[in-house]
Formats: sequence, structure tokens, C-alpha cells
Amino acid sequence: MTNPSPAIETNIRALGLLSGGLDSTLAARLLMEQGIEVACVNFHTGFCIQSHTGAIRNPKVGASPPRHDALHAAKTLGVKLHMVDISSDYVRIVTNPKHGYGKNLNPCLDCKIFMVAKAWEMAQKLGYHFIFSGEVLGQRPMSQRRDTFPVIDREAGVKGWLLRPLTALRMPETEPERRGWVDRNRLEGFSGRGRKPQMALAKKFALKDYPSPAGGCCFLTDENYTRKLRDLWAYRDNRDYSMDDILLLKAGRHIRPRPHFKLMIGRDQAENQFLSGFRKGRVVIQTVNLAGPLTLMEGDTSSPEDRLLACRIAARYSKGKDMDKVQLKVEHAGVSEIVEVSPLPAHELPDHWHV
Amino acid sequence: MFEFDLRVDACGLLCPMPILKTDQAMASLSGGGKVQLLATDPGIERDLPAWCEINGHTLIALVKKGRTWTAIVEKGL
Ligand code: SF4
Repeated sequence: MTNPSPAIETNIRALGLLSGGLDSTLAARLLMEQGIEVACVNFHTGFCIQSHTGAIRNPKVGASPPRHDALHAAKTLGVKLHMVDISSDYVRIVTNPKHGYGKNLNPCLDCKIFMVAKAWEMAQKLGYHFIFSGEVLGQRPMSQRRDTFPVIDREAGVKGWLLRPLTALRMPETEPERRGWVDRNRLEGFSGRGRKPQMALAKKFALKDYPSPAGGCCFLTDENYTRKLRDLWAYRDNRDYSMDDILLLKAGRHIRPRPHFKLMIGRDQAENQFLSGFRKGRVVIQTVNLAGPLTLMEGDTSSPEDRLLACRIAARYSKGKDMDKVQLKVEHAGVSEIVEVSPLPAHELPDHWHV
Repeated sequence: MFEFDLRVDACGLLCPMPILKTDQAMASLSGGGKVQLLATDPGIERDLPAWCEINGHTLIALVKKGRTWTAIVEKGL
């Protein structure tokens, strides 16, 4: 650390929103340079990517295990990280965002307002003087714009108390700067989508091990994922979802042959095992004496014709897909039976059934 | 085998839930108390040591058997 500022004398404490990406890490580091005591918070929304796909599917040979980016960024910084589960409150943000969605089902502006408000609430409770984030003006189309920063600050009730160290020189002075806790001259004025200034700063701080910005921060920006979420909402009476629902959208092949039921079919052994944890309330279909996926049938599963169709589709994704008959075990509510079906041929499974 | 005061079964839960559950369990213990964590998310292999380090807890053991990890964490004083 170089030239500590008056913050050291007065022990100024700041709480940062840490995603684990380069920007939020740099924001924390810039303040630490000034002698400010930094701790961070990371929110679990239920939609966080954090290598879930990697955790659900079979790992690639030689791949290093997935990791939680914010946790590792906090470790690199040497700061405390508060990990907070906001997934149940977050339902309201996803289902009914006041400011609407971005390109997919990402309610970025509402999400930011919610997280900033939560962080400020925590900061006040835990005795931090102000909060900060790694946002950069003009970097993200929905939430990081000149006209949205004031909306975030106003609606989250943090006007003047949220510092954005990476872009501060392009913004009005905040309270911590005005009060002399933070030296504005040692903050940055980054803007736009370019990454060069951030990379240069990372080099200066000898930060090497940070995730690529292409990774994105949540499944709500992922086109495939949000297509499945839209499908889920379209065939229900309301837009609510449970944690199980959103987890299940992350795994398996999803096929909706009829409006009232859907199939989730494991694509490898690890996915089968993952899906197997969600048997409750669903029909479970598995091959007997043959390698094949675990299939979950969800929705109105009562009709024998629908169950037969589900079994024929499940058989199509098994090793017996070219056989005349495949034996399957069908389980529901503690009752199981063995059935024999002919696998559904490819031409009878139209593309639009795939969600 | 290691002794422990509380068990957290986070099998089937995805990151960061195993850590969040351990954190919640830790809150009810005083310094030196031990939690046994069972988890199946492979992220635990890198995340638990990092979490212990930044929170001042001691990771006494982290063993993988099949697809399940068993860990013993001692709460920092
Ligand atoms: S990408 Fe997801 S987590 Fe990030 S701000 Fe948008 S909605 Fe929130």
C-alpha cells in the first residue's frame, strides 16, 4: 500500500458489492490503497452462474473444479466477505420488475436497486461509513448509464453514500469524498465498454487471477435459460417460481410435448444424479437393463396416454433408441411399475417440443 | 474419525448454498466448535478452504469419497 490518507487515522470502513469480477475487485483495491478498511458483500439470488452448469454436469477431464468468484476475489484482497442469500425476496424482482427487463429476463436496474439498498441497510447495521461498487459508466446497457446511476441511488435510498471508485471522476462528488474520507484525486474516471484501463490497473496491483467479463453474472441474461423460464411461466397460472423450479431449468434437456406437461431428461450421469434429487411430486422414468437417462415428468401427469408418450420419448434418449422395445421403470408417489414401449422415432419428435 | 458439534448435510445443493448453510450453523457455535459438512457440489473443493481462510476458521479435514465431500471446520476464536 502507498501513501495512506486520513482514512487510516479515523478508521473509515466501507462495504463493497463484490461480484468477484475484475471491476468490483479493483474498486475495493483502490479504496484499500487509501487506507480504508474494506469488507464486501455478495448476494445469492438463485440465478447466479457461479459454474453451476459445471457443477451439475460431468467435469471435463483435467478441468479444475468450479469456484465462487466473489469468495476467491475476497481471498485475494484479504477482506471479509458477507455472503447473503436473497433468493426468496428476489422472486418479486424477477417476476415483476418496475423498470422492466433487459435483452432477456434480466431485470438489471431493479436488481441493482435491490442489492444496493440491501448493502446500505447492512452497512448501517454493521457500522460501515459508506458503500461502494465496481460499476463503470456506460459499461452495461441497462444499469450502468449516466441516467440510471441517479435512479439507483435515489430508489435505493443511498444518495451520496454509494461511491463508484472506478468511474468517480465522471460523477458528482459523494459524501465520503466531500468529508475527506476518500481522496477523489486517487479515484478513476473510467467509462465505456473497453477493458484496457481496468487491465492496466490490474497489472499495477499485480492482480492476475480474475474471471473473464464474458462469463456474465447470472442466468437471467442467458438466452437458453430464459427461454425455459418463459416456458415455465407460460404454462402456469402465475409467474411465481420455487427454488426447485429455477434449479431444474439449469439441468437436462427440456421437452414439452403437450401444454400441460414437460419432460426433463438428463444428458449425462451427473445430470441424472442431479435430477434424481427432484423426484418428489414428479413422475420418474428410467431404463431397466440398459444405459439411459433419468427423465422427470412434471405438470399434469395423470393421463395414461401422456405417460406412454413420455416413456417413448425417454426411451428415444436411451441406448435402446433403435430397438423395437425398451423396458422402463416408472415411479410416482411411491408406486412403481415396469412398462415396455417402442422408442419414439426422430421424425415424430418435432423441434418445437424442445424448450 | 473427527468429532464435531453440528452436522450440515448440503448434498444436492449447489454453490454457494453449502457454504451459506455452514455459515448459518457456525453462528450457533462458539469459538472452537466444529461443524461437519457433507456436500456434493465440486466447488466445495476450492471454496471451503478460501472461505475458512478469510473468516479465520480452520479447515481440519476435507475428504472426497465417491461424489461426496466430507469436511470438518473449526470455528475461529
Ligand atoms: S445480470 Fe443478473 S445479477 Fe447482474 S444486474 Fe442483471 S439481473 Fe442482476
